[in-house]
This record gives sequence, structure tokens and C-alpha cells, in this order.
Amino acid sequence: MNPYMALLRRDLALALRRKNEVLTAMFFFVVVASLFPVGIGPEMGTLRLIAPGILWVGALLASMLALGRLFAADHQDGTLEQMVLSRASLTGLVAVKILAHWLLTGLPLVLLAPVLALQFDLSRDAIAVLMASLLLGTPLLSLIGSVGAALTLGVRGADVLLSLLVLPLYIPALVFGAGAVQAHTAGLGASAHLSILLAMLLVAALFTPWACAVALRIALE
Amino acid sequence: MIWNSVSEFWAMGGYGDYVWGSFGVTALFMALEVAQVRYERQQTLQRLRLMQEAQTAALDLPA
Amino acid sequence: MNSQPNFWFRYASPQAFYGLAGRLWPGFAVIATLLGAWGLWLGLFVAPVDFQQGQAYRIIFVHVPASWMSMVIYLAMAFWALLGLTFNTRLSGMMSRALAPTGALFAFLSLWTGALWGKPMWGAWWVWDARLTSELILFFLYLGFIGLTSAIEEPRRSDKAGALLALVGAINVPIIYFSVRWWNTLHQGASVSVTQGSSMAQTMLSAMLLMALSFWMYAIAVALYRVRTLILERERHTHWVTELLSAKETAA
Repeated sequence: MNPYMALLRRDLALALRRKNEVLTAMFFFVVVASLFPVGIGPEMGTLRLIAPGILWVGALLASMLALGRLFAADHQDGTLEQMVLSRASLTGLVAVKILAHWLLTGLPLVLLAPVLALQFDLSRDAIAVLMASLLLGTPLLSLIGSVGAALTLGVRGADVLLSLLVLPLYIPALVFGAGAVQAHTAGLGASAHLSILLAMLLVAALFTPWACAVALRIALE
Repeated sequence: MIWNSVSEFWAMGGYGDYVWGSFGVTALFMALEVAQVRYERQQTLQRLRLMQEAQTAALDLPA
Repeated sequence: MNSQPNFWFRYASPQAFYGLAGRLWPGFAVIATLLGAWGLWLGLFVAPVDFQQGQAYRIIFVHVPASWMSMVIYLAMAFWALLGLTFNTRLSGMMSRALAPTGALFAFLSLWTGALWGKPMWGAWWVWDARLTSELILFFLYLGFIGLTSAIEEPRRSDKAGALLALVGAINVPIIYFSVRWWNTLHQGASVSVTQGSSMAQTMLSAMLLMALSFWMYAIAVALYRVRTLILERERHTHWVTELLSAKETAA
């Protein structure tokens, strides 16, 4: 079996053994989405209007929280150094790690979103657009965030610093992700937003694993 | 001269607070930055000199 | 032709750059002061009142230069970052760190003066206008750079990590700006601009450009001064620094 598949299987197996890490991201998403209506008021009109933004910000924050765990465990037990030194391409290994991370912390958010969207009385097709935007957006967030996670590896106060680093870079994803649902609701169609999200995802998929690998080498040398 | 009096200049057509709040804070912060870089240099020189003295004393070398 | 590469590589050494920066910064400071005085003279005593915005428009004479400088300095940081990662020079990391606080300062001043301009003009201290929002994000990028480079103790790792972050930020700035503009126009937000439609009087433009140049010269002067302190700190174990410290000791 090639090293990439092996790494993917290992990461997934490890995470499923430590289920609470996976569940934390999902739980956070649920909590954020449920707290906002309590804070803002139950007026359905308002909630329907702000739902895309709230759900997207909730998913974004949950994704950001989970970033710290992308490399931390492997860094602590030395596996990360093994990866850097191995003959396999570090960029490839990093890409696999990000994929595993997204499957565990991003994809569940996409699947949870429709349930939470019901609290905001979003129409069925709006929910479909929301899921599509999150399906494109959460891997984008994981990819962008991975560079931040690599840069702050082992740094004191890494969690807060990571949030600060990654927040500006998340803005485009948020604008087009939440914007897709809003555009759909306004009758303008979400295709432009979703196309831009897809384009950003493709570009990120091409370049960020490499940038992340560079950052890991900087962090570990 | 576009101003008829000093008080007119300060008033800035009623927007004095905003205009001078802008220019004032800008000037203030730039002055603070200049003070900060000078202070930083002073402190660094002092600290490095002390470290150097401590080292030469520890090694018992002529200064 | 042969001597040119040697010229640059000579000043890539911290020791040589220390001397060069020491000779240059006072000149930049003087030019900054003169241009600033001239710009302020034009902006506050010569430029006529604006038809639509009254005297409040004069805030642009600090707001716009601060904005421009916050962007120019970030580009300069990204340039040094690229240089540092490519050639693995110590000095590049120091220059980026020397520039960052001034860049952050100008970003903050841009936001502050923007708010003070927005309040009388548009009734709110903050309008989610595309440019101001992008400026806020740029401010966060600066804070992120300063935060990261401060948090990492090992100097070489700190330099390289900061450089990578600066580059990632620089590449993202156009994307962020474009997406914020999209977001803003879609929601039909306000637009903070100097003159809606009408062209700017010549004196207004001149004053603005002079102030921008003044801020630029100021930024260079401060960065050169700051990098000298950084060089001393980083190179404290070298012979030339110990000599310099001893000389200052006997002179004092």
C-alpha cells in the first residue's frame, strides 16, 4: 500500500478511536447555531435573513477550532518529523492529512447543516445551496487553515494566534459561501458564488499543501 | 489666505473635532513611534553593554 | 557591471547595512519633515473648501496617505519576505520586522481617521465600506505577522515563518479586496470617497501626494532606525558589535 493511503487510513482510524475530537467540532457548530436565535430573538423573518451568515460563521469557527489538532498529535509523538524526513513527498502527505482532517471535522458540518437550517426556517432549496456552499467551503477552510496550523506549530498561545492569522484569509470563503445562499434567497441564483468558491477551492488544493509543507519544514528544522 | 481668523481655522466649519481629532491623533502616534524606537535602541544598547560587562567579568579578561 | 552584484551582496551583511542605515535615516527624516510641512501648508492653508463635504474633507490629507502607506509597507514586507526565503539572508527577516509596526500604525490611523471622516459625512463611526473593511483586514494581517514573529523565540524560524505568512497574506490581499468589494456592492453599502463625481482641485491632489510622500519617507526613516536596533540585538555575539559596544562604553 502506498504511504498516502496508509496515512489516510491511520489518521481516520486514530481519530475514530478518539471520537471526542470529532464530536467537539460538531457540537460547537450546533451550539453556535442555537445560541444566536436566543441572543437575537425568535422573529422568523429576521432569523431567515441572517441564517446563512450565522450558519456559515458557525461552521467557520468550528473548523477553525479543529485546526489546532491537525498536526499537534503527530508533532508531539514525533510522527511529524518522520513524515518530513521520509522519502514520500511531504506535500502529498500534508494533502492526505488535510483530507483526513476535513473528512472528520468538515464533512460532518456539511451533514449537520440541514438539521440546523431547519431552526431558521430556510427553504429546501436554500438548504441545498447551503450544503453545496459548505461542501465547497469547508475543505477550502481546512486547506487555508493548515498553513496557519503549520506556522504556529508548538508555539505558545498557538490557538489564539492561529485564529488571528487565519481570520483574514477566511474572509473570501465566508463572503462567497454565505453570499451564495443569500443570492439564492434573493432570487439572483447562487451559481456565480458557487463557481467562485469552486475556483478558490481548486487553486487552494493546488497550492496550499505545498505552502503548508514549506511551513512545516520551517517549524521543524 | 483662506481663513479669515484663527478661530475660524480651529473651527474647521463646524468639523473641528473630527479634523483635529484626525490630525492630532496621527501626529501623536507618529511622535510616540519615534519615541518608542529611540527608547528601544537605548534599552537594547544598555542591556547588551551590561551583558558584555558580565561576560568579560566572568571570564576575568581585561576589558 | 561586475561590481553591481558585489555592491548588493555587500550591503546584505548586517554589519554593512547597519552603517548604511545609520547614514541614511537622518536624510529620510529631514525630507519627511519638509514634505510634511509643505503638504500641511497646502492642505490646511491653501486648498479651498470642498463643495459637498465642507472643511471635513481635509481629513483625507492624513487618511489617504495612511491608507496608501499601510499597503505600500505591506508590499515592502512581502518583498523582503520573498528575498529572505529565496536567499536565506538574515537581514531580510530583520527588515520585515522593522517595517511591520509602522505598517500596522498606518493601518490603524487609516481606520481611525476613516471613522472620524465617516461620522460627520455618513452619520456612523463605521460603515462597512469595501475599502475600510479591507483596511481592517490588512490591520489584522499586520497584527498576525507581529504576533507570530513575537511568539516564536528562535530567530531563524521566526524570520522564515513570518516571511511565509507575509507572502501568503500578500497573495491573498487582492482576493480579499475583491471579495469584500463584491460583498459590499451586493449589499449596497456606503462608499467612502473624496468627491462624488467632481474632479479634485489641483491643490487638494498636490497636498495629498505630498503628505503621502512624507509618510513614505517617515516610514523608511523609522524602519532604518529600527532595523539598526534589531541588528545589534541579533548580531550581539559578533566581533564588530562587541567592539561597537565597547567603543560606546568608553565614549559615554
